[in-house]
Amino acid sequence: MDIKEIIREENKVYCRTPLLTDAILSYCPGCGHGTIHRLIMEVVEEMGIQSEVIGIAPVGCSVIAYDFMDVDFTQAAHGRAPAVATGIKRLWPDKFVFTYQGDGDLAAIGTAETIHACNRGENITIFFVNNGIYGMTGGQMAPTTLEGMKSSTSPYGRNSKTMGPPYKITEMIAQLPGTYYVTRQSVHKPGPVRKAKKAIRKAFEIQNEKKGLSFIEFVSNCNSGWKMTPNDSNAWMEEHMFAFFPMGDIKVDGKLVPST
Amino acid sequence: MKELALMKGNEAIAEAAIRAGVDAYFGYPITPQSEVMEYLMLQRPEERTGMVVLQAESEVASINMVYGAAGTGKKVMTSSSSPGISLMQEGISYIAGAELPCLIVNVVRGGPGLGTIQPSQADYFQSVKGGGHGDYRLIVLAPASVQEMADFVDLGFELAFKYRNPALILSDGLIGQMMEKVELPEQKERVDTFDQSWVTTGKTADRERNIITSLNLDPDAQYEHNLKLQEKYKRMEEDVMFEEFSCNDAEFLLVAYGSSARICQKVVDITRSRGQKIGLLRPQTLFPFPTEVIAKMARRVKGMMAVELSAGQMVEDVRLAVNGRVPVYHYGMLGGKIHSPEDVLAAVEEKFMGGY
Repeated sequence: MDIKEIIREENKVYCRTPLLTDAILSYCPGCGHGTIHRLIMEVVEEMGIQSEVIGIAPVGCSVIAYDFMDVDFTQAAHGRAPAVATGIKRLWPDKFVFTYQGDGDLAAIGTAETIHACNRGENITIFFVNNGIYGMTGGQMAPTTLEGMKSSTSPYGRNSKTMGPPYKITEMIAQLPGTYYVTRQSVHKPGPVRKAKKAIRKAFEIQNEKKGLSFIEFVSNCNSGWKMTPNDSNAWMEEHMFAFFPMGDIKVDGKLVPST
Repeated sequence: MKELALMKGNEAIAEAAIRAGVDAYFGYPITPQSEVMEYLMLQRPEERTGMVVLQAESEVASINMVYGAAGTGKKVMTSSSSPGISLMQEGISYIAGAELPCLIVNVVRGGPGLGTIQPSQADYFQSVKGGGHGDYRLIVLAPASVQEMADFVDLGFELAFKYRNPALILSDGLIGQMMEKVELPEQKERVDTFDQSWVTTGKTADRERNIITSLNLDPDAQYEHNLKLQEKYKRMEEDVMFEEFSCNDAEFLLVAYGSSARICQKVVDITRSRGQKIGLLRPQTLFPFPTEVIAKMARRVKGMMAVELSAGQMVEDVRLAVNGRVPVYHYGMLGGKIHSPEDVLAAVEEKFMGGY
């Protein structure tokens, strides 16, 4: 039996959204980027808004996100995606504009652009993929690298005394009046994948209703950078990353969710 | 009917931007150009034409807002002064690499570093030789009057869209701050019926997605892209602009742009009244540079002098054009000080008059 016989129409129970291109993903096997790309494009397909969407790609592993998501894209300089998105959205206020950024991009070099776009309440959506490391450049320490965590520029573990501690930019921007919906999600298991997709849908609907900025952090893995197998990296992420970056909504309908 | 006004150069830029039908301005305050955004905000451009005016958190943000907005195919601009323009260089390189049209205004002040807030022309190299990383060029316009500050806004956009390339108005604190009579251009409508074949509007079923990027991971593709850019920069030579003052019978030639050219006009008047045959060539475009006309002049004058408010930057391009045919001197004040016609005259007498 060859592959064509296996994937006959009547056997098909699942397929990827046509809004993902045929390009082979450049991400490492086990990485969360592909799942997040897929969820965003599924929501765009389900809402029927492909012709209204403009994405902003960052610098980092997802620099060529535009190769995989079949929507119009602008590739931004490192950290500048929220400013680029602001420029587009101010001229196309009725289009859907989203940025897709990593932790180095959004929380280190692009901190000012992130905070000010959030503070102005730009009616855009920011997707923030936090894997605690600079993936593309070879696993260097990021602003989200955990205390004691080893990276290629903290080979003996992050020392908060000399390197500064990791910080939670998502909790910070939730304090700003311009943010309307702020949540932290993950995509490492079917349950969280379903929740993450609902969050993405909610974010685009908020943008459609012109209510303000929505910000979704995905805590994700970097099995290559962390030097673990995909399964081990997900287990490590649950144990350590989720302890520092707890899952769930931080701000809903413009109001901070009381911490439990 | 002509509409005349007495305005600062910075205000003329702002008023001309509204009248040119510019869709968006993104900027950050810096002396000596802050009047541009102040004037825009005061005019309620969102009511006059629907123009977006936004004060960004930095020049880094404002040039990246320009980058994003330019990708929508609309008319977008920013303005700043030297240190702010330095901050923008990464973004300008991206805009040039991604081949987007936009207008950038530099009201130059003295440097290096924080320097001074007084006028200077020391950003010539940064403006015409690239400025940021990589092999790219900007279209560089050099206004010498408040009138040209107004006129070059529309011209800048015309050239920027013709070549899909950023255009830069290289002004200085003198032209930006001084008041002159200016004939205001007519109000143009903002247009929505522009070429959208390459812009990010949202992918429709009838076309491939549009991607604004300066990235080619494949070196062969990046090589081809660079060749295409170089070919474009070469084509720009057809839009070279310059003005000649008393050049026909000149024995010696001054070459100066912007505020320095205004000072040199006075020098020409004084020397002519004394019977000395001095001419002035004023480049209005610094890129493309009027190389050809300077090369021709080199065949009939005895010497040239580049007069600029710098330690000698444009003089290098004059020398390249002259190619050793006649001596090329430089005269210029530095660091925010402005030479008087008498200062230039003294230099002219020292270098040229021995030749009589």
